[in-house]
Amino acid sequence: MELFIDITLLTFLCITAMAITVIRKLFCAVMLASIFSLLCACLFVTMDAVDVAFTEAAVGSGISTVLMLAALNLTHSREKRPPHQPLVALLVVGVTGIVLMYGTMDLPVFGDAAAPIHHHVAPRYIEQSPLEVGPPNFVTSILASYRGYDTLAETIVIFTAGLSVIALLGIRDRYAGRPIPSDRSAMKDYVVLRIVAKMLMPFVFLFALYVQFHGDYGAGGGFQAGVIFASGVIIHSLTLGRDRTLKAFPHQFLRGLATVGVLIYGGTGLASILRGGNFLDYSVLAATQLKGQHLGIFLVELGVGLTVFSIMILMYYAFSYRREP
Amino acid sequence: MTIPDFITAFCLILGALLGLTGGVGVYRLPDFFTRLHACSVTDSACAFLILSGLMFQTGFSLATIKLFFILVFLLITSPTSTHALAKAALNSGEIPWCQSQKER
Amino acid sequence: MTGTALQTTYGISCLAVLIVMGLGLVRAILGPSAFDRLMAVNMFGTKTVLLISVLGFLTGRPDFLDIALIYALVNFLGTIAVLRFFEGRRAPACYDQEATEANKD
Repeated sequence: MELFIDITLLTFLCITAMAITVIRKLFCAVMLASIFSLLCACLFVTMDAVDVAFTEAAVGSGISTVLMLAALNLTHSREKRPPHQPLVALLVVGVTGIVLMYGTMDLPVFGDAAAPIHHHVAPRYIEQSPLEVGPPNFVTSILASYRGYDTLAETIVIFTAGLSVIALLGIRDRYAGRPIPSDRSAMKDYVVLRIVAKMLMPFVFLFALYVQFHGDYGAGGGFQAGVIFASGVIIHSLTLGRDRTLKAFPHQFLRGLATVGVLIYGGTGLASILRGGNFLDYSVLAATQLKGQHLGIFLVELGVGLTVFSIMILMYYAFSYRREP
Repeated sequence: MTIPDFITAFCLILGALLGLTGGVGVYRLPDFFTRLHACSVTDSACAFLILSGLMFQTGFSLATIKLFFILVFLLITSPTSTHALAKAALNSGEIPWCQSQKER
Repeated sequence: MTGTALQTTYGISCLAVLIVMGLGLVRAILGPSAFDRLMAVNMFGTKTVLLISVLGFLTGRPDFLDIALIYALVNFLGTIAVLRFFEGRRAPACYDQEATEANKD
Protein backbone atom coordinates (compact mmCIF):
# COMPACT_ATOMS: atom_id res chain seq x y z
CA MET A 1 0.00 0.00 0.00
CA GLU A 2 2.71 2.49 0.99
CA LEU A 3 4.71 1.60 -2.10
CA PHE A 4 1.65 2.29 -4.22
CA ILE A 5 1.12 5.68 -2.52
CA ASP A 6 4.80 6.50 -3.09
CA ILE A 7 4.59 5.65 -6.79
CA THR A 8 1.38 7.64 -7.29
CA LEU A 9 2.76 10.70 -5.53
CA LEU A 10 5.99 10.53 -7.57
CA THR A 11 3.97 10.28 -10.78
CA PHE A 12 1.97 13.37 -9.80
CA LEU A 13 5.25 15.11 -8.97
CA CYS A 14 6.68 14.34 -12.42
CA ILE A 15 3.50 15.51 -14.17
CA THR A 16 3.51 18.76 -12.19
CA ALA A 17 7.20 19.39 -12.91
CA MET A 18 6.70 18.78 -16.64
CA ALA A 19 3.69 21.11 -16.66
CA ILE A 20 5.69 23.86 -14.91
CA THR A 21 8.44 23.69 -17.53
CA VAL A 22 6.01 23.62 -20.48
CA ILE A 23 3.55 26.32 -19.34
CA ARG A 24 4.54 29.89 -20.26
CA LYS A 25 1.91 31.70 -18.25
CA LEU A 26 3.79 32.59 -15.10
CA PHE A 27 0.72 32.73 -12.85
CA CYS A 28 -0.10 29.11 -13.69
CA ALA A 29 3.49 28.16 -13.00
CA VAL A 30 3.21 29.74 -9.53
CA MET A 31 0.01 27.79 -8.83
CA LEU A 32 1.58 24.53 -10.01
CA ALA A 33 4.69 25.25 -7.93
CA SER A 34 2.56 25.38 -4.82
CA ILE A 35 1.01 22.02 -5.77
CA PHE A 36 4.57 20.73 -6.25
CA SER A 37 5.43 21.78 -2.72
CA LEU A 38 2.33 20.04 -1.29
CA LEU A 39 3.29 16.84 -3.11
CA CYS A 40 6.86 17.08 -1.78
CA ALA A 41 5.56 17.37 1.78
CA CYS A 42 3.40 14.24 1.26
CA LEU A 43 6.41 12.34 -0.10
CA PHE A 44 8.59 13.34 2.85
CA VAL A 45 5.84 12.10 5.16
CA THR A 46 5.71 8.72 3.41
CA MET A 47 9.51 8.55 3.81
CA ASP A 48 9.16 9.20 7.57
CA ALA A 49 11.20 12.41 7.37
CA VAL A 50 8.95 14.38 9.71
CA ASP A 51 11.24 17.38 10.26
CA VAL A 52 11.92 17.84 6.55
CA ALA A 53 8.20 17.57 5.77
CA PHE A 54 7.55 20.13 8.50
CA THR A 55 9.96 22.59 6.93
CA GLU A 56 8.50 22.05 3.47
CA ALA A 57 5.00 22.58 4.87
CA ALA A 58 5.97 25.75 6.74
CA VAL A 59 7.68 27.32 3.73
CA GLY A 60 5.46 25.97 0.95
CA SER A 61 2.07 26.59 2.51
CA GLY A 62 2.22 30.35 2.33
CA ILE A 63 5.48 32.25 2.18
CA SER A 64 6.78 30.90 -1.12
CA THR A 65 3.50 31.60 -2.94
CA VAL A 66 3.39 35.10 -1.50
CA LEU A 67 7.00 35.88 -2.49
CA MET A 68 6.52 34.48 -6.01
CA LEU A 69 3.32 36.49 -6.52
CA ALA A 70 5.05 39.59 -5.20
CA ALA A 71 7.85 39.01 -7.70
CA LEU A 72 5.30 38.37 -10.46
CA ASN A 73 3.77 41.73 -9.59
CA LEU A 74 7.01 43.35 -10.76
CA THR A 75 7.34 41.50 -14.07
CA HIS A 76 5.24 40.44 -17.06
CA SER A 77 2.60 37.74 -16.94
CA ARG A 78 4.23 35.55 -19.61
CA GLU A 79 7.62 33.94 -19.83
CA LYS A 80 9.65 35.07 -22.87
CA ARG A 81 10.52 32.48 -25.46
CA PRO A 82 14.25 31.77 -25.35
CA PRO A 83 15.97 33.04 -28.53
CA HIS A 84 18.29 30.04 -28.97
CA GLN A 85 17.56 26.51 -30.11
CA PRO A 86 16.87 24.28 -27.12
CA LEU A 87 18.37 21.17 -28.82
CA VAL A 88 21.91 21.69 -27.47
CA ALA A 89 20.53 22.23 -23.99
CA LEU A 90 18.46 19.05 -24.31
CA LEU A 91 21.57 17.14 -25.35
CA VAL A 92 23.59 18.43 -22.39
CA VAL A 93 20.78 17.67 -19.95
CA GLY A 94 20.29 14.20 -21.45
CA VAL A 95 23.97 13.30 -21.20
CA THR A 96 24.16 14.61 -17.62
CA GLY A 97 21.06 12.62 -16.73
CA ILE A 98 22.52 9.41 -18.14
CA VAL A 99 25.78 9.96 -16.24
CA LEU A 100 23.87 10.57 -13.02
CA MET A 101 21.75 7.46 -13.56
CA TYR A 102 24.95 5.48 -14.17
CA GLY A 103 26.22 6.91 -10.88
CA THR A 104 23.20 5.64 -8.95
CA MET A 105 24.14 2.05 -9.88
CA ASP A 106 26.92 2.23 -7.30
CA LEU A 107 24.64 3.48 -4.55
CA PRO A 108 23.28 1.01 -1.99
CA VAL A 109 19.66 -0.07 -2.35
CA PHE A 110 17.02 2.20 -0.74
CA GLY A 111 16.61 1.12 2.87
CA ASP A 112 19.68 -1.15 2.84
CA ALA A 113 20.81 -1.68 6.45
CA ALA A 114 24.41 -2.25 5.36
CA ALA A 115 24.70 1.14 3.60
CA PRO A 116 27.72 3.19 4.80
CA ILE A 117 25.49 6.09 5.85
CA HIS A 118 23.98 3.93 8.59
CA HIS A 119 27.38 2.96 10.04
CA HIS A 120 29.33 6.19 10.14
CA VAL A 121 28.00 8.47 12.89
CA ALA A 122 24.31 7.54 12.84
CA PRO A 123 24.53 4.78 15.51
CA ARG A 124 26.18 7.21 17.92
CA TYR A 125 23.49 9.84 17.32
CA ILE A 126 20.75 7.28 17.89
CA GLU A 127 22.23 5.56 20.92
CA GLN A 128 24.13 8.33 22.72
CA SER A 129 22.12 11.50 22.04
CA PRO A 130 19.66 10.98 24.94
CA LEU A 131 22.65 10.65 27.30
CA GLU A 132 24.90 13.30 25.76
CA VAL A 133 22.42 15.94 24.63
CA GLY A 134 19.00 15.11 26.00
CA PRO A 135 16.07 16.05 23.75
CA PRO A 136 13.77 13.13 22.86
CA ASN A 137 13.69 14.26 19.22
CA PHE A 138 17.26 13.55 18.20
CA VAL A 139 16.92 15.45 14.94
CA THR A 140 16.99 18.54 17.15
CA SER A 141 20.12 17.33 18.96
CA ILE A 142 21.88 16.65 15.66
CA LEU A 143 20.84 19.96 14.15
CA ALA A 144 21.57 22.20 17.09
CA SER A 145 24.32 20.40 18.96
CA TYR A 146 26.29 17.78 17.01
CA ARG A 147 26.06 19.78 13.79
CA GLY A 148 25.93 23.20 15.45
CA TYR A 149 28.57 24.59 13.05
CA ASP A 150 26.49 23.66 9.99
CA THR A 151 23.38 25.26 11.44
CA LEU A 152 25.32 28.42 12.32
CA ALA A 153 26.52 28.60 8.72
CA GLU A 154 22.97 28.04 7.43
CA THR A 155 21.67 30.85 9.61
CA ILE A 156 24.39 33.12 8.25
CA VAL A 157 23.44 32.07 4.69
CA ILE A 158 19.82 33.07 5.32
CA PHE A 159 21.01 36.36 6.83
CA THR A 160 23.24 37.03 3.81
CA ALA A 161 20.44 36.15 1.38
CA GLY A 162 18.16 38.62 3.13
CA LEU A 163 20.87 41.30 3.01
CA SER A 164 21.38 40.77 -0.73
CA VAL A 165 17.66 41.04 -1.47
CA ILE A 166 17.52 44.29 0.49
CA ALA A 167 20.66 45.55 -1.24
CA LEU A 168 19.21 44.79 -4.68
CA LEU A 169 15.60 45.87 -4.20
CA GLY A 170 15.89 48.32 -1.33
CA ILE A 171 13.26 49.03 1.28
CA ARG A 172 11.48 52.32 1.37
CA ASP A 173 9.26 53.51 4.09
CA ARG A 174 8.59 56.65 2.12
CA TYR A 175 7.53 57.45 -1.42
CA ALA A 176 9.21 60.70 -2.44
CA GLY A 177 9.15 62.10 1.06
CA ARG A 178 5.60 61.05 1.85
CA PRO A 179 4.90 58.02 4.02
CA ILE A 180 3.72 54.87 2.22
CA PRO A 181 0.07 55.37 1.22
CA SER A 182 -2.46 53.41 3.20
CA ASP A 183 -4.06 50.44 1.50
CA ARG A 184 -6.65 49.70 4.14
CA SER A 185 -9.37 49.85 1.53
CA ALA A 186 -7.69 47.01 -0.39
CA MET A 187 -9.76 44.00 0.66
CA LYS A 188 -12.93 45.98 1.41
CA ASP A 189 -15.05 43.68 -0.75
CA TYR A 190 -14.06 40.55 1.11
CA VAL A 191 -15.52 41.20 4.54
CA VAL A 192 -15.83 37.52 5.51
CA LEU A 193 -12.27 36.81 4.41
CA ARG A 194 -10.92 39.70 6.45
CA ILE A 195 -12.83 38.77 9.59
CA VAL A 196 -11.74 35.12 9.37
CA ALA A 197 -8.13 36.12 8.72
CA LYS A 198 -8.21 38.41 11.74
CA MET A 199 -9.62 35.57 13.82
CA LEU A 200 -7.02 33.10 12.62
CA MET A 201 -3.98 35.29 13.19
CA PRO A 202 -3.56 34.71 16.95
CA PHE A 203 -3.73 30.96 16.38
CA VAL A 204 -0.97 31.17 13.78
CA PHE A 205 1.24 33.10 16.22
CA LEU A 206 0.42 30.67 19.03
CA PHE A 207 1.23 27.69 16.85
CA ALA A 208 4.53 29.31 15.83
CA LEU A 209 5.47 29.68 19.49
CA TYR A 210 4.47 26.05 20.12
CA VAL A 211 6.74 24.94 17.26
CA GLN A 212 9.59 27.11 18.57
CA PHE A 213 9.52 25.76 22.11
CA HIS A 214 8.31 22.22 21.42
CA GLY A 215 11.10 21.43 18.95
CA ASP A 216 12.91 19.32 21.57
CA TYR A 217 9.99 16.91 21.84
CA GLY A 218 8.44 16.81 18.40
CA ALA A 219 9.05 18.00 14.88
CA GLY A 220 9.98 21.61 14.35
CA GLY A 221 12.36 24.20 15.69
CA GLY A 222 13.54 27.73 15.16
CA PHE A 223 13.52 27.76 11.39
CA GLN A 224 9.96 26.49 11.01
CA ALA A 225 8.69 28.68 13.84
CA GLY A 226 10.23 31.78 12.25
CA VAL A 227 8.58 31.04 8.93
CA ILE A 228 5.16 30.39 10.50
CA PHE A 229 5.36 33.58 12.56
CA ALA A 230 6.28 35.49 9.41
CA SER A 231 3.24 33.96 7.65
CA GLY A 232 1.05 35.37 10.41
CA VAL A 233 2.54 38.83 9.95
CA ILE A 234 2.01 38.61 6.19
CA ILE A 235 -1.67 37.71 6.75
CA HIS A 236 -1.82 40.85 8.91
CA SER A 237 -0.29 42.95 6.18
CA LEU A 238 -2.50 41.56 3.39
CA THR A 239 -5.79 41.97 5.21
CA LEU A 240 -5.40 44.91 7.57
CA GLY A 241 -3.20 47.17 5.48
CA ARG A 242 0.54 47.43 5.08
CA ASP A 243 0.90 50.75 6.87
CA ARG A 244 -0.36 49.07 10.05
CA THR A 245 2.12 46.22 9.66
CA LEU A 246 4.92 48.67 8.99
CA LYS A 247 3.98 50.46 12.20
CA ALA A 248 3.95 47.23 14.20
CA PHE A 249 7.16 45.86 12.66
CA PRO A 250 9.24 48.79 11.33
CA HIS A 251 11.97 47.57 9.03
CA GLN A 252 14.76 49.19 11.05
CA PHE A 253 13.60 47.07 13.98
CA LEU A 254 13.52 43.91 11.83
CA ARG A 255 17.02 44.60 10.50
CA GLY A 256 18.22 44.85 14.08
CA LEU A 257 16.36 41.70 15.05
CA ALA A 258 17.94 39.68 12.22
CA THR A 259 21.39 40.73 13.40
CA VAL A 260 20.51 39.99 17.01
CA GLY A 261 19.47 36.45 16.02
CA VAL A 262 22.84 35.68 14.40
CA LEU A 263 24.61 37.33 17.35
CA ILE A 264 22.72 35.17 19.86
CA TYR A 265 23.85 32.07 17.99
CA GLY A 266 27.47 33.19 17.73
CA GLY A 267 27.41 34.55 21.27
CA THR A 268 26.34 31.16 22.63
CA GLY A 269 29.41 29.71 20.94
CA LEU A 270 31.66 32.40 22.39
CA ALA A 271 30.16 31.93 25.84
CA SER A 272 31.05 28.27 25.74
CA ILE A 273 34.65 29.19 24.85
CA LEU A 274 34.75 31.64 27.75
CA ARG A 275 33.47 28.94 30.11
CA GLY A 276 36.38 26.75 29.06
CA GLY A 277 34.87 24.50 26.39
CA ASN A 278 35.08 24.40 22.61
CA PHE A 279 33.13 26.74 20.29
CA LEU A 280 29.42 25.73 20.42
CA ASP A 281 30.09 23.04 23.04
CA TYR A 282 27.09 23.76 25.25
CA SER A 283 27.93 21.24 27.98
CA VAL A 284 29.91 23.82 29.95
CA LEU A 285 27.15 26.43 29.97
CA ALA A 286 25.40 25.11 33.10
CA ALA A 287 26.13 22.93 36.10
CA THR A 288 25.52 19.56 34.44
CA GLN A 289 26.11 18.47 30.86
CA LEU A 290 22.43 17.88 30.06
CA LYS A 291 21.33 21.22 31.55
CA GLY A 292 24.04 23.00 29.58
CA GLN A 293 22.99 21.31 26.36
CA HIS A 294 19.36 22.20 27.02
CA LEU A 295 20.18 25.86 27.60
CA GLY A 296 22.48 25.97 24.56
CA ILE A 297 19.91 24.42 22.23
CA PHE A 298 17.22 26.77 23.52
CA LEU A 299 19.37 29.85 22.86
CA VAL A 300 20.53 28.65 19.46
CA GLU A 301 16.98 27.84 18.29
CA LEU A 302 15.86 31.25 19.51
CA GLY A 303 18.60 32.89 17.43
CA VAL A 304 17.64 30.91 14.33
CA GLY A 305 13.95 31.73 14.84
CA LEU A 306 14.55 35.48 15.21
CA THR A 307 16.80 35.66 12.15
CA VAL A 308 14.51 33.62 9.90
CA PHE A 309 11.42 35.55 11.00
CA SER A 310 12.89 38.98 10.38
CA ILE A 311 14.58 38.04 7.10
CA MET A 312 11.31 36.59 5.73
CA ILE A 313 9.38 39.76 6.60
CA LEU A 314 12.16 41.99 5.23
CA MET A 315 12.10 40.08 1.92
CA TYR A 316 8.34 40.45 1.78
CA TYR A 317 8.65 44.20 2.41
CA ALA A 318 11.36 44.49 -0.23
CA PHE A 319 9.23 42.82 -2.90
CA SER A 320 5.79 44.14 -2.13
CA TYR A 321 6.47 47.75 -1.15
CA ARG A 322 8.66 48.35 -4.15
CA ARG A 323 5.97 49.65 -6.45
CA GLU A 324 2.34 50.57 -6.27
CA PRO A 325 0.42 47.48 -7.37
CA MET B 1 -15.40 -5.00 15.46
CA THR B 2 -16.08 -2.64 18.35
CA ILE B 3 -18.50 0.24 18.03
CA PRO B 4 -15.86 3.03 17.67
CA ASP B 5 -14.13 0.98 14.97
CA PHE B 6 -17.41 0.58 13.16
CA ILE B 7 -18.11 4.32 13.34
CA THR B 8 -14.59 5.05 12.05
CA ALA B 9 -14.97 2.68 9.12
CA PHE B 10 -18.39 4.12 8.27
CA CYS B 11 -17.16 7.73 8.40
CA LEU B 12 -14.02 7.00 6.39
CA ILE B 13 -15.87 5.13 3.62
CA LEU B 14 -18.61 7.76 3.41
CA GLY B 15 -15.98 10.51 3.37
CA ALA B 16 -14.05 8.73 0.63
CA LEU B 17 -17.24 8.41 -1.45
CA LEU B 18 -18.10 12.09 -1.03
CA GLY B 19 -14.53 13.01 -1.90
CA LEU B 20 -14.65 10.97 -5.09
CA THR B 21 -17.99 12.54 -6.06
CA GLY B 22 -16.56 16.02 -5.57
CA GLY B 23 -13.36 15.15 -7.42
CA VAL B 24 -15.23 13.88 -10.46
CA GLY B 25 -17.37 17.01 -10.31
CA VAL B 26 -14.31 19.26 -10.29
CA TYR B 27 -13.07 17.49 -13.39
CA ARG B 28 -16.34 17.17 -15.33
CA LEU B 29 -18.66 20.10 -14.58
CA PRO B 30 -19.00 22.81 -17.25
CA ASP B 31 -18.08 26.14 -15.64
CA PHE B 32 -16.20 27.66 -12.74
CA PHE B 33 -19.12 28.08 -10.35
CA THR B 34 -20.41 24.53 -10.68
CA ARG B 35 -16.88 23.22 -10.27
CA LEU B 36 -16.44 25.38 -7.17
CA HIS B 37 -19.60 23.85 -5.78
CA ALA B 38 -18.22 20.34 -6.34
CA CYS B 39 -14.89 21.37 -4.82
CA SER B 40 -16.57 22.66 -1.68
CA VAL B 41 -18.17 19.24 -1.13
CA THR B 42 -14.72 17.68 -0.85
CA ASP B 43 -13.47 20.55 1.31
CA SER B 44 -16.20 20.44 3.92
CA ALA B 45 -18.17 17.19 4.10
CA CYS B 46 -15.37 14.83 3.05
CA ALA B 47 -12.80 16.46 5.33
CA PHE B 48 -15.28 16.56 8.21
CA LEU B 49 -16.18 12.87 7.90
CA ILE B 50 -12.62 11.60 7.49
CA LEU B 51 -11.17 13.66 10.33
CA SER B 52 -14.00 12.91 12.75
CA GLY B 53 -13.74 9.25 11.81
CA LEU B 54 -10.07 9.31 12.76
CA MET B 55 -10.89 11.03 16.05
CA PHE B 56 -12.73 7.89 17.21
CA GLN B 57 -9.48 5.93 17.00
CA THR B 58 -7.24 8.02 19.22
CA GLY B 59 -9.04 7.72 22.54
CA PHE B 60 -8.57 10.94 24.49
CA SER B 61 -5.03 12.11 23.82
CA LEU B 62 -3.01 14.94 22.28
CA ALA B 63 -3.73 13.47 18.84
CA THR B 64 -7.49 13.91 19.38
CA ILE B 65 -7.03 17.55 20.28
CA LYS B 66 -4.84 18.11 17.22
CA LEU B 67 -7.36 16.41 14.94
CA PHE B 68 -10.11 18.51 16.49
CA PHE B 69 -8.19 21.72 15.81
CA ILE B 70 -7.38 20.67 12.25
CA LEU B 71 -11.10 20.02 11.76
CA VAL B 72 -12.13 23.37 13.23
CA PHE B 73 -9.59 25.35 11.18
CA LEU B 74 -10.53 23.53 7.98
CA LEU B 75 -14.23 24.10 8.63
CA ILE B 76 -13.57 27.82 9.12
CA THR B 77 -11.08 28.47 6.35
CA SER B 78 -12.27 26.41 3.40
CA PRO B 79 -15.83 27.77 3.16
CA THR B 80 -14.38 31.25 3.59
CA SER B 81 -11.94 30.84 0.73
CA THR B 82 -14.66 29.26 -1.43
CA HIS B 83 -16.90 32.24 -0.75
CA ALA B 84 -14.11 34.74 -1.45
CA LEU B 85 -13.19 32.92 -4.67
CA ALA B 86 -16.77 32.92 -5.94
CA LYS B 87 -17.07 36.60 -5.14
CA ALA B 88 -13.81 37.45 -6.87
CA ALA B 89 -14.80 35.45 -9.95
CA LEU B 90 -18.20 37.12 -10.14
CA ASN B 91 -16.64 40.57 -9.71
CA SER B 92 -14.16 39.96 -12.49
CA GLY B 93 -16.91 39.05 -14.94
CA GLU B 94 -16.99 35.28 -14.91
CA ILE B 95 -20.50 34.38 -16.19
CA PRO B 96 -22.38 31.50 -14.55
CA TRP B 97 -23.24 28.72 -16.98
CA CYS B 98 -26.89 28.08 -17.82
CA GLN B 99 -28.81 25.88 -20.19
CA SER B 100 -29.47 28.65 -22.72
CA GLN B 101 -25.74 29.12 -23.33
CA LYS B 102 -25.53 25.58 -24.58
CA GLU B 103 -28.22 26.20 -27.18
CA ARG B 104 -26.60 29.36 -28.47
CA MET C 1 -9.02 -9.12 12.63
CA THR C 2 -10.35 -5.75 13.68
CA GLY C 3 -6.94 -4.26 12.96
CA THR C 4 -6.82 -5.48 9.39
CA ALA C 5 -10.39 -4.34 8.67
CA LEU C 6 -9.48 -0.87 9.90
CA GLN C 7 -6.23 -0.90 7.90
CA THR C 8 -8.31 -1.65 4.81
CA THR C 9 -10.58 1.34 5.42
CA TYR C 10 -7.54 3.58 5.94
CA GLY C 11 -6.16 2.24 2.67
CA ILE C 12 -9.43 2.89 0.85
CA SER C 13 -9.66 6.47 2.06
CA CYS C 14 -5.99 7.08 1.13
CA LEU C 15 -6.75 5.78 -2.33
CA ALA C 16 -9.83 7.98 -2.68
CA VAL C 17 -7.90 11.06 -1.55
CA LEU C 18 -5.14 10.24 -4.06
CA ILE C 19 -7.67 9.97 -6.87
CA VAL C 20 -9.21 13.32 -5.91
CA MET C 21 -5.71 14.83 -5.86
CA GLY C 22 -5.13 13.53 -9.38
CA LEU C 23 -8.39 15.05 -10.64
CA GLY C 24 -7.51 18.33 -8.94
CA LEU C 25 -4.08 18.27 -10.58
CA VAL C 26 -5.71 17.82 -14.00
CA ARG C 27 -7.97 20.79 -13.29
CA ALA C 28 -4.97 22.88 -12.20
CA ILE C 29 -3.11 22.11 -15.41
CA LEU C 30 -6.08 22.52 -17.78
CA GLY C 31 -7.37 25.75 -16.24
CA PRO C 32 -9.03 27.36 -18.17
CA SER C 33 -9.40 30.46 -15.96
CA ALA C 34 -7.02 31.58 -13.26
CA PHE C 35 -9.75 31.01 -10.67
CA ASP C 36 -10.04 27.36 -11.66
CA ARG C 37 -6.37 26.91 -10.91
CA LEU C 38 -6.63 28.66 -7.57
CA MET C 39 -9.60 26.46 -6.67
CA ALA C 40 -7.64 23.36 -7.63
CA VAL C 41 -4.68 24.42 -5.47
CA ASN C 42 -7.05 25.06 -2.57
CA MET C 43 -8.59 21.63 -2.95
CA PHE C 44 -5.16 20.07 -3.24
CA GLY C 45 -4.21 21.68 0.07
CA THR C 46 -7.22 20.24 1.89
CA LYS C 47 -6.59 16.82 0.37
CA THR C 48 -2.96 17.00 1.53
CA VAL C 49 -4.16 17.61 5.08
CA LEU C 50 -6.43 14.56 4.82
CA LEU C 51 -3.77 12.36 3.21
CA ILE C 52 -1.18 13.23 5.84
CA SER C 53 -3.59 12.56 8.71
CA VAL C 54 -4.77 9.22 7.30
CA LEU C 55 -1.19 8.20 6.46
CA GLY C 56 -0.24 8.78 10.09
CA PHE C 57 -2.86 6.25 11.15
CA LEU C 58 -2.05 3.84 8.32
CA THR C 59 1.58 3.64 9.43
CA GLY C 60 0.69 3.85 13.13
CA ARG C 61 2.60 7.10 13.78
CA PRO C 62 0.19 9.96 14.49
CA ASP C 63 3.05 12.48 15.08
CA PHE C 64 2.51 13.74 11.55
CA LEU C 65 -0.54 15.69 12.67
CA ASP C 66 1.54 18.82 13.30
CA ILE C 67 2.20 19.07 9.58
CA ALA C 68 -1.51 18.76 8.80
CA LEU C 69 -2.13 21.46 11.41
CA ILE C 70 0.26 23.89 9.65
CA TYR C 71 -1.50 23.33 6.36
CA ALA C 72 -4.93 23.77 7.94
CA LEU C 73 -3.79 27.08 9.46
CA VAL C 74 -1.58 28.68 6.85
CA ASN C 75 -2.89 27.42 3.48
CA PHE C 76 -5.41 30.22 3.73
CA LEU C 77 -2.59 32.71 3.21
CA GLY C 78 -2.10 31.54 -0.39
CA THR C 79 -5.74 32.29 -1.24
CA ILE C 80 -5.59 35.74 0.35
CA ALA C 81 -2.38 36.52 -1.51
CA VAL C 82 -3.79 35.51 -4.91
CA LEU C 83 -7.02 37.43 -4.40
CA ARG C 84 -4.99 40.44 -3.35
CA PHE C 85 -2.79 39.96 -6.41
CA PHE C 86 -5.80 40.04 -8.72
CA GLU C 87 -7.38 42.99 -6.98
CA GLY C 88 -6.64 46.38 -8.42
CA ARG C 89 -5.43 45.08 -11.73
CA ARG C 90 -7.82 44.68 -14.65
CA ALA C 91 -6.61 41.30 -13.77
CA PRO C 92 -7.97 37.89 -14.42
CA ALA C 93 -9.53 39.08 -17.65
CA CYS C 94 -6.13 39.10 -19.34
CA TYR C 95 -5.28 35.70 -17.86
CA ASP C 96 -8.57 34.32 -19.17
CA GLN C 97 -7.88 35.71 -22.60
CA GLU C 98 -4.54 34.00 -22.69
CA ALA C 99 -6.23 30.80 -21.64
CA THR C 100 -8.79 30.95 -24.43
CA GLU C 101 -6.08 31.77 -26.96
CA ALA C 102 -4.15 28.77 -25.78
CA ASN C 103 -7.25 26.63 -26.15
CA LYS C 104 -7.69 27.75 -29.73
CA ASP C 105 -4.17 26.69 -30.64
